[in-house]
Amino acid sequence: MAEQNKQTVTFIIERQDGPDSKPYTQEFEIPYRPALNVVASLMEIQKNPVTKDGKKVAPVVWECNCLEKVCGACMMVINGRARQACCALIDELEQPIHLAPARTFPVIRDLLIDRSVMFESLKRIQGWVEIDGTWEVKDAPIQNPYTAQTAYEISHCMTCGCCLEACPNVGPQSDFIGPAPTVQAYLFNLHPLGKFDKEKRLNTLMEKGGITSCGNSQNCVQACPKNIKLTTYLAQVNRDVNKQALKNIFNK
Amino acid sequence: MAKAKYKIVVVGGGLSGLMATLKICEAGSDVDLFSYCPVKRSHSLCAQGGINACMDTKGEHDSIYEHFDDTVYGGDFLADQVAVKGMCEAAPKLIKMFDRMGVPFTRTAEGVLDLRNFGGQKNKRTCFAGSTTGQQLLYALDEQVRKWEVKGNVKKYEFWEFIKVIKNKEGVCRGIVAQSMNSMEIKAFRADTVIIATGGPGQVFGRCTASTICNGSAVSAVYQQGAHIGNPEFIQIHPTAIPGSDKNRLMSEACRGEGGRIWVYKDGKPWYFLEEMYPAYGNLVPRDVASRAIYDVCMNQHLGINGENRVYLDLSHIPADYLERKLGGILEMYSEFVGKDPRKVPMEIYPSVHYSMGGIWVDRLHHTNIPGLMASGECDYQYHGANRLGANSLLSAAYSGTISGPEAINWAATGDRGSEITDEELEAARQACVDQFESILKMDGPENVHRLHHELGDVMNKYVTIERVNQDLDYCLEELKKILKRWNDIGVTDRGHWANQEAMFVRQLRNMILYAMVVTKAARMRDESRGAHFKREFPTRNDERFMKTTIVDYNTETEEPMVSYIEFDHSLVKPRPRNYAVAKKE
Ligand SMILES: Cc1cc2nc3c(=O)[nH]c(=O)nc-3n(C[C@H](O)[C@H](O)[C@H](O)COP(=O)(O)OP(=O)(O)OC[C@H]3O[C@@H](n4cnc5c(N)ncnc54)[C@H](O)[C@@H]3O)c2cc1C
Ligand code: SF4
Ligand code: SF4
Ligand code: FES
Repeated sequence: MAEQNKQTVTFIIERQDGPDSKPYTQEFEIPYRPALNVVASLMEIQKNPVTKDGKKVAPVVWECNCLEKVCGACMMVINGRARQACCALIDELEQPIHLAPARTFPVIRDLLIDRSVMFESLKRIQGWVEIDGTWEVKDAPIQNPYTAQTAYEISHCMTCGCCLEACPNVGPQSDFIGPAPTVQAYLFNLHPLGKFDKEKRLNTLMEKGGITSCGNSQNCVQACPKNIKLTTYLAQVNRDVNKQALKNIFNK
Repeated sequence: MAKAKYKIVVVGGGLSGLMATLKICEAGSDVDLFSYCPVKRSHSLCAQGGINACMDTKGEHDSIYEHFDDTVYGGDFLADQVAVKGMCEAAPKLIKMFDRMGVPFTRTAEGVLDLRNFGGQKNKRTCFAGSTTGQQLLYALDEQVRKWEVKGNVKKYEFWEFIKVIKNKEGVCRGIVAQSMNSMEIKAFRADTVIIATGGPGQVFGRCTASTICNGSAVSAVYQQGAHIGNPEFIQIHPTAIPGSDKNRLMSEACRGEGGRIWVYKDGKPWYFLEEMYPAYGNLVPRDVASRAIYDVCMNQHLGINGENRVYLDLSHIPADYLERKLGGILEMYSEFVGKDPRKVPMEIYPSVHYSMGGIWVDRLHHTNIPGLMASGECDYQYHGANRLGANSLLSAAYSGTISGPEAINWAATGDRGSEITDEELEAARQACVDQFESILKMDGPENVHRLHHELGDVMNKYVTIERVNQDLDYCLEELKKILKRWNDIGVTDRGHWANQEAMFVRQLRNMILYAMVVTKAARMRDESRGAHFKREFPTRNDERFMKTTIVDYNTETEEPMVSYIEFDHSLVKPRPRNYAVAKKE
């Protein structure tokens, strides 16, 4: 973006002191560097927590760990879009850059949010393979390498919540668990041992907050930073759930 | 008969902490699990390349002995050989366990686990899940631990920081103090045994390949409470990282394993210097050897790209579809963070601080010298000696958890634990941490904590990485003392009691500075070159004087480290010179 001032980068950050406080915005300006990203910029603000108009303030609070787009921690809304901050390159963003917390989740402070609901959903869908124990049992089953590749793709989900933030049907108005945990159920149903609990998982997804809450609006798949084909697998889950529902009727 | 139920505190939910947690739950006991972040976001998920285990499915007659010998040889004969042997023997069983848990390992056409090459080994021995092996292994354990959480055996304290351990009158560890990172509440927790599994100390060097939470603060805290630190001077420098201001992002060794070549221009032509210097292993020499060669080519021969400290790591000669299948994620990362396509143009890389072989000293059952306190994972000093082979630390992290978990129960049941800790003792320990935190909130000097951390990283990177010189190390120690003094002059801008990350970082930084002194002092005292520790004045290994484990203890009066040496078990293979110019001889 040639017309932009390359010497500095301007941020407008939506801040909030606590879960029940009112949000407010502050503007910051930091020196430009090639390959700068949003997390590196926030680190720069930590080193000099002064707003553009010279006010000394508390440094901005946010969450990050890996800085490699793999831990999922640093999700926030950047210029209106939910994404990972550590790989949001300044060179590719329109300025001033707007940062805000992902308000689908409760805000703890500033850009720091509480995503525990996602981990709770993983409990609900029984997101694990039921093994007898960590001890030696016997050789693990051979797996079809193509199925394993699909599993590999879905297993990249880093519980970042971009897809939940993007989904119109996730929020206070509904109890939809959202695309990520629903598709994780599909992952465990693919595994040769995980499959044994497929019916349980499908029955869970039939309940309130399950797959029927998905309106098939496709926002999630576009938001996923891991390029997981969410809508493809959601459709698959939907078919499996319908089949299971029929089966449940006949088995009554 | 019902099994006795104990309460074990596990600090850290990476591979090691989660593995220990599973073992404890399976034995019928309860775990309080502490972590900076949801355990699913722990640093273990950054590991890309793979995990070593002798599966021998490639017709190469790989053997457990060979894995053992490669590890000991690669570690330049400083690892406890009996401990290494145990790890290599267990490795194939661990892989089968992970496979049953659902780790989507990369498979061959017939559906069994594929294996790849890695540095320092001639046989294919590295199991992998595409280019996100650590992520996949961590998720499998995270899922299993979630199952135990639902059953009620595990209580997670995520977004809690470990501050210190609590000892009873007899000096036995009986609990910990921790702080909620949101409410800032400081609490004392009782435990029958405590396991520290807090990972590596990369942030002591500022820029490194590790996550921002790998700060070594917990290790430093128990060091200040009397735990021995073993072999801290051995810091692995990874030869291939993308230099960055916020982080040096790792380019996995798998790039070299899959045929990547390292070169620079010399006299106008590509010079594949590793292949020329080390014909037997070529680009697959171990990390310390590769890092030093790159350092030499840039710093001494001034042949870095455009005169900068960078060399090429080239994959562009390998077919694109093969690269996609084997290295997809890693290559995507390079494109994403650098903006260039490594399938078409060579990547630009330089060595970076990566892994700490040293850490809390433990015996073979992972007890520290403080009774009741155990350590496992990258925070302990076991298994890798002077240098770790690639893909051996996911293994050691998981394996050490299979030892520390059951042993924590054993200690709780049969250990000499002395008197029960009283409520007053717990409260006193808690109050001391509250007082410390309150005084941090009042600090109003001129120093900014993050800038001071940056300076710490600069000093450590400059003097205590690839090439070490005694005079520089002496200077570095003096600089560190000054930084420790300046810590008192920090001013905090945030004085609140809600999600105050700045004040917590102030506490962490002091621990990091003290640990930096541990690393530097141990490096200063070891007058030889071995594995990752290379000293210019003493370029060769000196078994007579230094085939010993370094032990560093904290001097509470001076706050300075005290270095001594102890013997270790090297009874299984006789030391021989480590030379990667020729194929390894047994
Ligand atoms: C970029 C990169 C790539 C790697 N690739 C490979 C590879 O391919 N193969 C391989 O074998 N190894 C690899 N490694 C090394 C390997 O990933 C680590 O050594 C290993 O994962 C460490 O596991 P751990 O369980 O000991 O610790 P970690 O996974 O680091 O977990 C530490 C845990 O402790 C918690 N914690 C830390 N301090 C505190 C505190 N004070 N209070 C509360 N909680 C705390 C953290 O929240 C976290 O849960 C790589 C390392 C890096 C940096
Ligand atoms: S497809 Fe379903 S899950 Fe995805 S955004 Fe639309 S409603 Fe949400
Ligand atoms: S599915 Fe994609 S967007 Fe949703 S949580 Fe997982 S990684 Fe994030
Ligand atoms: S910090 Fe881990 S995804 Fe951004």
